[in-house]
Order: sequence, then C-alpha cells, then structure tokens
Amino acid sequence: MSKFKKKGDGDMPAISTASLPDIVFMLLFFFMVTTVMRETSLKVEQKLPVATEVAKLQRKSLVAYIYIGAPIQALRDVYGTEPRIQLDDAFAKTSDIPIFVEKVQRETNPVEIPLLTYSLKVDNETKMGIVTDVKQELRKVNALKINYSTKKKIVKN
Amino acid sequence: MARKKRAPQEINAGSMADIAFLLLIFFLVTTTMDVDTGLLRILPPPVPENQEPPPPVKKRNVFEVLVNLYDQLLVEGDQMDVSQLKEKTKEFVRGYGGSDSHPNFPEFKPTDDEEVIKYFGEGYMVSKQVVSLKNDKGTSYGMYITVQNELAAAYNELRNELAQQRFGMSYDDLLKDERNKDKVKAIKKIYPQRISEAEPKDIGGGQ
Repeated sequence: MSKFKKKGDGDMPAISTASLPDIVFMLLFFFMVTTVMRETSLKVEQKLPVATEVAKLQRKSLVAYIYIGAPIQALRDVYGTEPRIQLDDAFAKTSDIPIFVEKVQRETNPVEIPLLTYSLKVDNETKMGIVTDVKQELRKVNALKINYSTKKKIVKN
Repeated sequence: MARKKRAPQEINAGSMADIAFLLLIFFLVTTTMDVDTGLLRILPPPVPENQEPPPPVKKRNVFEVLVNLYDQLLVEGDQMDVSQLKEKTKEFVRGYGGSDSHPNFPEFKPTDDEEVIKYFGEGYMVSKQVVSLKNDKGTSYGMYITVQNELAAAYNELRNELAQQRFGMSYDDLLKDERNKDKVKAIKKIYPQRISEAEPKDIGGGQ
C-alpha cells in the first residue's frame, strides 16, 4: 500500500499550455477546409427521407436548393402548417421557380449551366402534389437535372 | 538624449489560444459539413404543344406501378407491399427472353449497340422494358422516395449480377475505374433505367 502513497507527494509541475494555440489552430484549419459556409437559414421543416441507392452530389457550387416542407414551429402562427416552398431565404410560390432558375443560371458560368443540379430538399411528410408542381415548373424552363435529397440508410446485413 | 537601448519586450502569447478558440467557434457555427446525397434523376424535356403523341408502348413491355393517396401500391394490377416491389421489378426487367409463354413480360430485340456487341456478342437480346410510375397528388413524399429507391435498387442489383457474371467484379467496382467506362456503358445499355413518370393526374381519388 505505502508503495503507491509515496509517489503522490511530490509537487506536480504545471502542464505547459504553450502548444494549446497550435492545437486549436490545427482544429480551426481542419474545419475551415472541410466545411462550407451556411447559405440559408431554414424556414421549413426538413426531415429528409432515407434511401439506399444514393449518389453524392459532386460540386456544391453547381447545386441549387429548393426546400419544401411545413413552416417551422416558430413561423406556424403566421404561415400556417401547409407545406411551402422556400427559395434562398424566403418563402415562394411555384410561379417563382422560373425566376429562381434564371437567377441561378445568371450566377453560373455559361459553360456549366447544363451541369446545374436542382436539389429538392423535401420533408418526409409533404404530399406529392406540391412536389409534382415544382417538377413541372422546372421542366418548363428546361432545368431537367434534379436530385431528390435523401439521407443514406445504412443497410444492416 | 540618447536613450539606452532596451531589449524588445516579448509579446505575451497567452491569449493566443483564446483568439484561436474564438475563431474556431465562429467557423463551427457558420459552416456546414453535410454532403448532400440523394437520388439523381433527369426530368423529361417539356413537350411542345402541337406535337404528335408518341406511339403507344405495348402493354406487356410496361411495368405499371401506381401509388395512391393512402400510400398503397398497385403493381401490374395487384396490390402489393413495398418490400416485394424490388423482387417483382427485377423479375420483370430480367424477363424471360420475350417468350410467348410469359405474355406479361417484356419483349426482347437484338442489340444494335456497339458496346454491347463488343462485350456480349452480336445479336445479344435486350429487353424492351419500361417502368411506369404514377402517383397521386396525395401520396406522401416519403412513400414516393421509397418506391423510387426500390426501383433503382432493382436495376442496380440486376446490373450488379450481370457485371459479376460477365466481368467477375461488382458493378460498383466497375464504376470506380475510369478504364471500365465501356463495360459500364454496355451494362447500362442492357439494363437501361427507364422509369417513366406520367404527366400528373389524379388517380385513386385525391383531393
């Protein structure tokens, strides 16, 4: 027993914190490199469905997002609970989609316009009616490459 | 006048960590890391107004999937659970070589595609299958995605089986290597993912 007691008696030298900034900077750079700036704040519920056959979207700069879902809890008093479309930072109507597409295309390098993907981030609970309307609008303006955003389900074997 | 030269005072770096932490937290809050994943689809181009309707597709070549307002499935006229959809789709797409003993399965025609001929030989029979997916306005998006996913899974499994059989490696492995582009093309030509979605219509008594 006494064997162990003796050791604790000596004064512990303070741990040097000189390398702490380095460690934190390392973390900082890691996050700066691996993440992208958040562009929009969500105004609609987003519980994405799960799927197994998913593909990754390659270039984030060539993806435009269309959010559909019921307004979030904080906005329910004003906007009700019917699913709505959110483009950029605001609620929109289906008729606003052509303008949105045009805006996205104007901001893109003309060569890369055919590569633009429109990612539909739709809440699980939404009915297909509004989604079909959005798809029809996209078809009308020849924005044909779409992506149904889903989470990847891990298959248990 | 002349001042004594002092050794420059060392800057205290004690707060460096705090500054770095502050920056770190700022980046943690304002950025996102999630990679967007999903099911990629190409929409059919808009139909010009005065275009002749396309020639009708034979009924035996069409695999009809209906989803109604209550998220129930009707596949080729039979009610079905989603869990069976993949197997049914696979059976249909694989077909029975277009033989007349299976009148509900698609017809086949000899290939005229150079990639298929290169890897599978002249006169390889390719199915004329089409999957038609119709949903109601009241169908939930979750169900729609589940069905889309099952259909995609059926195609992927068939492609995988073919790749294993012919090239001895999985379809995923073929996709990874740029040199196998032609092989992937050939497989895609044999099992093209033809999921046609009808123009929106109310079926199954939607609102």
